[in-house]
Amino acid sequence: MLEAVKTQQTPVIEGAPRSARADVQLDARLAAAPAPMTGVTAPARADALARLKEQGLPGPRHEYWRYTDPAPFNAARPAPVALEAVAGDPKLFADVDKLRLVFVDGRFDAAASDDPALAGVEITTLAQADAQPGHWVAEAYGVLEAQGQKPVRRAFAALNTAVATDGAVIRVTGKADRPVQILYRPSDAGADVIVHHVLRLEEGAELTLLENGLLGARGNVVIEADLAPGAKLHHIAAPRAGVARIATTHLFARVAEAASLKSFELSVDGRHMRSESVVELAGDDAVAHVAAAVLGDGDNLRHDDTVFITHGALRGESRQVFKKVLKNGATGVFQGKILVRPGAQKTDGYQISQALLLDEDSQFLAKPELEIYADDVKCSHGSTTGALDETALFYLRSRGVPRERAIVLLVLSFLADALEEVEDEDLRAEIAGRLEDWLTAKAQG
Amino acid sequence: MAVLDAPEIEVREGVDRETVETVANMGSYKYGWDTEIEMEYAPKGINEDIVRLISQKNDEPEWMTEWRLAAFRRWQGMTEPRWAMLNYPEIDYQDQYYYARPKSMAVKPKSLDEVDPALLATYEKLGIPLKEQAILAGVEGADASPIQGRDDARRVAVDAVFDSVSVGTTFKDELAKAGVIFCSISEAIREHPELVKKYLGSVVPPSDNFFATLNSAVFSDGSFVYIPPGVRCPMELSTYFRINAENTGQFERTLIIADKGSHVSYLEGCTAPKRDTAQLHAAVVEIVVLEDAEVKYSTVQNWFPGDEEGKGGIYNFVTKRADCREARAKVMWTQVETGSAITWKYPSCILRGEESQGEFYSIAIANNAQQADTGTKMIHLGKNTRSRIVSKGISAGRAQNTYRGLVTMHPRATNSRNYTQCDSLLIGDQCGAHTVPYIEVKNTSSRVEHEATTSKVDEDQLFYCRARGMDEEEAVALVVNGFCREVLQALPMEFAMEAQSLVAISLEGSVG
Repeated sequence: MLEAVKTQQTPVIEGAPRSARADVQLDARLAAAPAPMTGVTAPARADALARLKEQGLPGPRHEYWRYTDPAPFNAARPAPVALEAVAGDPKLFADVDKLRLVFVDGRFDAAASDDPALAGVEITTLAQADAQPGHWVAEAYGVLEAQGQKPVRRAFAALNTAVATDGAVIRVTGKADRPVQILYRPSDAGADVIVHHVLRLEEGAELTLLENGLLGARGNVVIEADLAPGAKLHHIAAPRAGVARIATTHLFARVAEAASLKSFELSVDGRHMRSESVVELAGDDAVAHVAAAVLGDGDNLRHDDTVFITHGALRGESRQVFKKVLKNGATGVFQGKILVRPGAQKTDGYQISQALLLDEDSQFLAKPELEIYADDVKCSHGSTTGALDETALFYLRSRGVPRERAIVLLVLSFLADALEEVEDEDLRAEIAGRLEDWLTAKAQG
Repeated sequence: MAVLDAPEIEVREGVDRETVETVANMGSYKYGWDTEIEMEYAPKGINEDIVRLISQKNDEPEWMTEWRLAAFRRWQGMTEPRWAMLNYPEIDYQDQYYYARPKSMAVKPKSLDEVDPALLATYEKLGIPLKEQAILAGVEGADASPIQGRDDARRVAVDAVFDSVSVGTTFKDELAKAGVIFCSISEAIREHPELVKKYLGSVVPPSDNFFATLNSAVFSDGSFVYIPPGVRCPMELSTYFRINAENTGQFERTLIIADKGSHVSYLEGCTAPKRDTAQLHAAVVEIVVLEDAEVKYSTVQNWFPGDEEGKGGIYNFVTKRADCREARAKVMWTQVETGSAITWKYPSCILRGEESQGEFYSIAIANNAQQADTGTKMIHLGKNTRSRIVSKGISAGRAQNTYRGLVTMHPRATNSRNYTQCDSLLIGDQCGAHTVPYIEVKNTSSRVEHEATTSKVDEDQLFYCRARGMDEEEAVALVVNGFCREVLQALPMEFAMEAQSLVAISLEGSVG
């Protein structure tokens, strides 16, 4: 790691001055939240609570909330959802050979889960680890989240660290021979789920983490992933099939020398979604790819991807690929940032955000940022927004492809670059297949 | 550095002679001298009495005084914006003069012949002769220019602003024949109150932002332009701003109105002496563009950037905005920002009229301890509107250079287009280059494209130049000029030359 990494120059980004109303809101939010655990994670939780109280809940005038109203996340309790509409698990990953961990309303359900025995992987739950004196999670819990609060404050991540009810605690020492799946299930119509997963990948370890299912009426997920030199984490999140939902998710990752993080998210039909990725390339030759394919269909629907990638070492490679297809009044938001610290030479940073607006009512709001303090770097970003290519549509129709089918094909081809970020071919084919089914069903509906 | 003997330079295809020559003639900040002249100041600080005094010095009518006072009262309740990526000490708004004018200007000279020779000499030395028979400097030496012989193209009317007052305006009579009004804003307030009342503050309202509101309260002078319907302004218009007095802020206000079907090209230049203490400059430029009219506004900003350690220099907080109020109105901003210790400047276009067009071409160079946070806003409100942004940012030394921009397509701005290209070049490993674009697309038929790159000076290009016998600084200047080419080409002839040499000068000492 470089000396220069210490000289962070970015000021903390403050929001608008706090109002008395926001403080009342925070009190109400905390009063409704579960009581914090009292075991080994207690000091980290107390620290997170203090940070949250110091910064308060964000208001709409907060710079990083200019495009997404934080009100649904600030509310003390979510509005209940109709559970019968979402009965059953999603089909995605159903046929993949994996080790399944089920969380019901944010708590681990051992009976529904597979036996957490997997060669090269130690799996426990946050509740269990918390009760175990001397467990390594005490050293890891909340650490990357706390680091990720600078320069941008992330109130809902601090809240999560303070009061999370459970989560998976995974330490990988070798190459996991099959993926670990975290599956969410709701049982209570008003479930306000707060889960916190801690991942530690030791030197040269490899893991594929699948995450899907339905969180509840409102969800708040934090993943902290610490990758030792040469480790590889492949994270595929697709938790958002089904009815209207509200969720904030945060992925905090530290990527050491020659380690690699690849994170892909598929999102369909979230109602009010804020998905943040905060990644630090801390060692030389580290790699981080963060990608998402988002389908937004429906009024008041908002999907916000906020990404912050920090290059703190030599020859880092980062890629951000975000594709959003929006219709019927949906709003897509992308706030992406590449920060190259002084001395992080030979950085290769790339970022693309594209939106396909399928009708007049939808909108795309983007803020793709670069902040660069080293000269020998290659950084670029691109952002485009537009409608379907009429020429391509005409071409397909002239070849006898019905209009609805032609649109499905063009949307799939638009999303292809993001799907490419799923390295495993079988998983990619699985996701592409589900995506096509979903699009076809929508086109016919 | 080696000074090359110009005629001996072998100029190859693709390398133009001017570039090589200007590179050879590089020097440090050329405009850092001051004019010794007796000045009179308003008392230090700002309060209602100072606002009234400025109004009174300009012989303003009551309504104007009230307008200023309303702005001042509002300003007192505002806080200075700190969201830009700029790091500068607290500004003490009570520790500077808001009005300074040469004593000899106490009685308004009736013509340029009556102006204090010391002032005329100042502009002469700056290369801005205030004699109508003379041509604007910067064109000298442009013998190879393709427009040689076209005298019209060379003539530039100048409004010269010295600290808080306009010293004089050239070619006024000739412009008047064409119906063009070109005078200082203080004169316009007295002579053309109906136009000023109608348009002043209509693009940048007095409540717009902290610095614009401060300007609305204390602006002392600036330029006023009115181009009547269907008139193509017979010559280029320009304003040259010179800050001379110490501890004095300059607050100029420019108002340009291009009536239906008219056309004008306007140039703005600025310099200031070298001083150890930072000086405040908070200007407002408002442009109203009506149906089928076209305004081209070009700036070469060369305020004193402070010394290598970041001591002194101008703090430049500027609000510039053009309102394409009617159909097919067009505005083009071109800026070369090389000076100032702090630059906070976002020339913007409100594209209200259908099929109106906005363009923004910018070169921003920050060297040593300079900090620049600059960009544009393209606000698409009308149907079929078009905008284009080309921004080239260059950072060297320990400088920080940020592009900050907004492109917004409102739901009604259907079938609109935007293309944005922001490139940053880093010279050295101690500087920073940042890009903060905001893109908001609220309808489907519009297309928005944004591209940005950040890179260092290409080693292969440098090596090529070095292999052809250039020293490192020349080579860098040449490569940088190439990097900026698209913007340099958008500048009027008079400015392109100056800008090109400025690019080289600003980067002096950044390599090796």
